[in-house]
Amino acid sequence: MNHLRPINRKAAALAQARLDQPGAARVLMLVDTPYGCSTVFAPGWEVDSSGGTYGLCQPIERDLYDCYHSCYWPAQVPDSLTNFPSWTKTCGSPVQDWSQVDLVFP
Amino acid sequence: MIYRAAIHRTFEAGGQTFAYSAASGAVVALDETSQTVLKRCATPDGVDHPRWLDWAPEEARHTQREAFEELVGMGLVRSEFEPALTADPLPESAFPLQTLVLNVTNKCNLSCSYCYEFGQDRLSDSTRARAPRMSDETARASLDMLFERSGRSRDLTVTFFGGETLLNLDTIRASVDYSERRGRETGKRVSFALTTNATLLDEATIAFLVEHRFGVNISIDGAQSDHDRHRTFKSGKGSYAVVLPRIRALLAAMRGRGGRPVGARVTLTRGMADLAETYRHLHDEVGFESVGFAPVTSSSEREFALPAEEMDRLLRGFTALAEEYVAAAIEDRQHGFSNLHDLLGELHRGVSKAHPCGAALGLVGVSTEGQISPCHRFVESDAHVMGDVKTGIDEKLRAEFLRAGHVAQKIPCHSCFARPHCAGGCYHEAHVRYGDAGSPNLHACDWIRAWTALGLECYARIWLANPGYLDRFEERPKLAVRPSLETPA
Ligand code: SF4
Ligand code: SF4
Repeated sequence: MNHLRPINRKAAALAQARLDQPGAARVLMLVDTPYGCSTVFAPGWEVDSSGGTYGLCQPIERDLYDCYHSCYWPAQVPDSLTNFPSWTKTCGSPVQDWSQVDLVFP
Repeated sequence: MIYRAAIHRTFEAGGQTFAYSAASGAVVALDETSQTVLKRCATPDGVDHPRWLDWAPEEARHTQREAFEELVGMGLVRSEFEPALTADPLPESAFPLQTLVLNVTNKCNLSCSYCYEFGQDRLSDSTRARAPRMSDETARASLDMLFERSGRSRDLTVTFFGGETLLNLDTIRASVDYSERRGRETGKRVSFALTTNATLLDEATIAFLVEHRFGVNISIDGAQSDHDRHRTFKSGKGSYAVVLPRIRALLAAMRGRGGRPVGARVTLTRGMADLAETYRHLHDEVGFESVGFAPVTSSSEREFALPAEEMDRLLRGFTALAEEYVAAAIEDRQHGFSNLHDLLGELHRGVSKAHPCGAALGLVGVSTEGQISPCHRFVESDAHVMGDVKTGIDEKLRAEFLRAGHVAQKIPCHSCFARPHCAGGCYHEAHVRYGDAGSPNLHACDWIRAWTALGLECYARIWLANPGYLDRFEERPKLAVRPSLETPA
């Protein structure tokens, strides 16, 4: 390695693997494109890979939380950062009681 | 092909630039070329490899290509077609067990206001009477399960938990006897740990703990005024005056007779004292080897819950203690701030977790009645039972729990640099907050990311000034009392 200097043990192991078997070592990773309504159009999957609806983009309860937590999509849901921090307080588990999520009146 | 920067964090320390890869957990120092290339890949368009090199100045082409390849190798840059690794299928065969947490009693002689075992956040159904103590027979059946299911693991840990653990010392003694015997028969080493509120530490108990080399964690919240705010007897009287002499006796005995280091565990609640002062009291004055802090787990409405301003104060306190830790590490001294010590250990090894913790993987909890649950905090939650020590772990339920808890299922975590060590955070906390153990702990993300960033910076500073110090993370961390379980007692 000429440009990166491995610091921790994992980095050293990856550098070594590249020397031992050039091209063979590959870092496996998770998808890191943000999911969500605005970037992915998921046309009606009914369950996610775990058999539930939690990981889905489509069902309403999933969308609500996706906009709220990860995409920050203030046009669609109340903004939780400054104005309505406890907007979802009435809803402990979105999959079960999403219908209890309150309205807000700005 | 288009390549883009994968999720990572770059940070500075001692005038150098470093990067931490969320894909691999690798920490590397970047030279100028690799910084330039990484920045370029981090633009929304990324780079079209190898065509982008045609536009690079001729003399830089070779070095830029080299830097690019190194970045790909570290998991810092990836092609857009990189097969996205979602949840790895779990291995068909059962995971070996390594740690068993026995809830030997669910009774306690204190009644701390924030306790999740008894307080408003408890999971157990209070309408059903439960055995208050684990019988020796149940403990033996649990230990048999541990030995049978431990596969090739040679080092096993048995942790006793409660309630106030020492209220059932008889079962603890019987379990230690039994495990030591089975350990000799099977050639496995068993170590013991327990968490206690220290009220019942008498001489005989202390001698027993020292003799069997228990890792002891004591729940204590700081100086008297802090401790007595929440950690009270049923009468409302604080417990500090009772526990202090007992703790001192334990520390002296452990030190004098070659026992293991004793850790203090501080629960942080609204109105907590200054962290550095608490540390100083527990480490310097009382004499604990290490001090760990944990914010109370609760729904946010509880009066003891930490509000946002307190989380900021907490971070400032952690930052101040981290400074002390780094200064000590540079002089090759061990500092007892165990939260940072543990974090540095994970960063050093470059762990990249699929699951936030060992619950339901190498670790399970057992209730007083012998029901198995993902960890000690879920015992008595009927919804999380995963079998019984007599009939064994229900592998289907276990697999379901693990599948739902895999970080790939936690969409917000996919784009988070703290993912390798957080992986969504504690299942129990998630369950209390969101009614779903598989949910990421989104209320804590800002805090986790700030804390991870602080850890990275400390790690790099120590590496720059005294790299030899990091060798102590090569083996299992010596300082921490493992597994460091917090007590509800
Ligand atoms: S829970 Fe939050 S901090 Fe933890 S990995 Fe997920 S997004 Fe990051
Ligand atoms: S992190 Fe949470 S779920 Fe995991 S073992 Fe600890 S208490 Fe249990």
